[in-house]
Amino acid sequence: MSRIGVAFDKARADGRAVLVGCMPAGFPTVEGSIAAMIAMVEAGVDVIEMEIPYSDPVMDGPVIQKASDIALAGGVRTADALRIVDTVAAATGAPVVTMTYWNPIEQYGVDSFARDLAAAGGTGLITPDLIPEEAGEWLAASEAHGLDRTFLVSPSSTDARLKMTAEHCRGFVYATAIMGVTGARSQTSEAAPILVSRLREVTDLPVGVGLGVGTGAQAGTVAGYADAVIVGSALIRCLLDAPDQAAGLTALRALSAELAEGVRNPAR
Amino acid sequence: MSTDAAAPAGQLPDSAGHFGRFGGRFVPEALVAALDELDAAYRKAMTDEDFLAEFDALLRDYAGTPSLLYEARRLSAQIGARVLLKREDLNHTGAHKVRNVLGQALLTKRMGKRRVIAETGAGQHGVATATAAALFDLECVVYMGEVDTERQALNVARMRMLGATVVPVTTGSRTLKDAMNEAMRDWVANVDSTHYLIGTAAGPHPFPEMVRDFVRGIGVEARQQCLDLTGALPDAVAACVGGGSNALGIFHAFVPDAGVRLYGFEAGGEGVATGRHAASITGGSAGVLHGTRTYVLQNEDGQTVESHSISAGLDYPGVGPEHAWLHDSGRATYLPVDDDEAMAAFELLCRTEGIIPALESSHALAGARKIAPQLAAELGREPVIVVNLSGRGDKDVHTAGAYFGILDKE
Repeated sequence: MSRIGVAFDKARADGRAVLVGCMPAGFPTVEGSIAAMIAMVEAGVDVIEMEIPYSDPVMDGPVIQKASDIALAGGVRTADALRIVDTVAAATGAPVVTMTYWNPIEQYGVDSFARDLAAAGGTGLITPDLIPEEAGEWLAASEAHGLDRTFLVSPSSTDARLKMTAEHCRGFVYATAIMGVTGARSQTSEAAPILVSRLREVTDLPVGVGLGVGTGAQAGTVAGYADAVIVGSALIRCLLDAPDQAAGLTALRALSAELAEGVRNPAR
Repeated sequence: MSTDAAAPAGQLPDSAGHFGRFGGRFVPEALVAALDELDAAYRKAMTDEDFLAEFDALLRDYAGTPSLLYEARRLSAQIGARVLLKREDLNHTGAHKVRNVLGQALLTKRMGKRRVIAETGAGQHGVATATAAALFDLECVVYMGEVDTERQALNVARMRMLGATVVPVTTGSRTLKDAMNEAMRDWVANVDSTHYLIGTAAGPHPFPEMVRDFVRGIGVEARQQCLDLTGALPDAVAACVGGGSNALGIFHAFVPDAGVRLYGFEAGGEGVATGRHAASITGGSAGVLHGTRTYVLQNEDGQTVESHSISAGLDYPGVGPEHAWLHDSGRATYLPVDDDEAMAAFELLCRTEGIIPALESSHALAGARKIAPQLAAELGREPVIVVNLSGRGDKDVHTAGAYFGILDKE
């Protein structure tokens, strides 16, 4: 059974999509990121996607990269990130899925990471720069430790690759809504609904859509065709732009609530 | 000249781009289709006589190759080895890199793309790309770390004159690594219209193999030229290694020649022990960076560590995966050369031969100087060393002038 499946089952029973909110571990500080993730869940986020910061994030736009740089400059380490998973999962009961680029996992040790992530209560891992062809060690480690695996698919993926990639996923499939990097955009993607319907042809797994979603209305649009709406940059910006932590958390709660409302009012 | 680009069959990498445990593709899925398209176009081109003829003609008539193999007698007397300089600095645009950009620009045209992007450190690759873009009427955007735009202002001006847009990158360490990240991001967003013209034998499959094949003419030429000049193969081949394209270019034809020692000289910066260096093989560890598994300068958590070299062109915390494999297999030897050693060799070549080398190539010269006594002792005679003079030093005059304190005050 997929560890994150519970959240999808519950949302499905409510007739709505799951809201996934992203936050880098250690941004703006370790304690600050824990407070942010707890606030997001309290305000209606269903699943936390915690990014382990990496020095060379090729999929990330300027907002996430800046937040990651701040976290790294503050000295956050992979071991801290695992502690954050543990704390947030225990405090909220919400599923916490981890996202990171591959090198930090490889340096930690693939099996050790899987073991420690599972022990911390993490549900699984999203791997933006690991495709199934290179994932042999991770496939084995995630099997051994009962973790979900989320690979990404893109509007440019062929049908054969969509099928192959989805077959290697467990928990959910991450559909990148646009060709591009992370960051909220003024319009939602036209490519995303097409990509999701192509995925439905090849898999029964839930499909999460990310990249470019930043408002409640956009969340509602995506919730109209996807099983999960994934929001990152817009949430992180609440903290980046705030004059102090309290104001940042207030803004973060407000946006989380708006997005949660959005997924409950899908544009069908 | 026969077709330099066509590689012998049965060599690494495998079909997924692996050189032993190195190489591969560690990229966002969004890039896989483009990499597959590139791979298919490249493989088709390499068996297409029209493509190969067009490439050969460009190399000969436009780039000015084969480049000379020049016996540097005054330098040889100083070093205690018979030094043959492969004069890639005489190529159009002043470096070996023109070979790679001409190959990739031809492919870009064949794929029907209208825009190329590139990353550059010292600016040589940016200038070469801007040159090829002008020649092929392609839109060209070059990403360059802000630090490098300052230390290589002359090359920035050259790129702009050639019609390219130069984008200073202000993230991270603001050097080559960050320029590469930014170019990758651009590519993810614009992959339909754009070819990412990677400047070295690094990055995801098929780049390491493709770039190597476009530059391997350096070694094919040097091997024959050395035979013609000396009647034998050299005892050693020396090249500098940043990403490693010039080194692979000259090594590749010699790999089957077991008697020829291959030496790659990495940027030792202020000394590998100080931590301020760019010697990824000597001072790094296996990891994943910029789409490939290779040796990387990184901390325990896998975060890339900032590199340092007096040569902007070597200032990169990774290396092409084939070098990682050549190192592990023992076929090539990688040694660090620090900034001061490189600058001493730079000065020596200027004064003995009237040739101002690129700071990158100065590392290869310094390395040759370092290994000469040991080789002579082992062989019991004067060794013959082919040094890849990968580029000329015009772009580095400001850095070298400041280093030697010979710039008049403005």
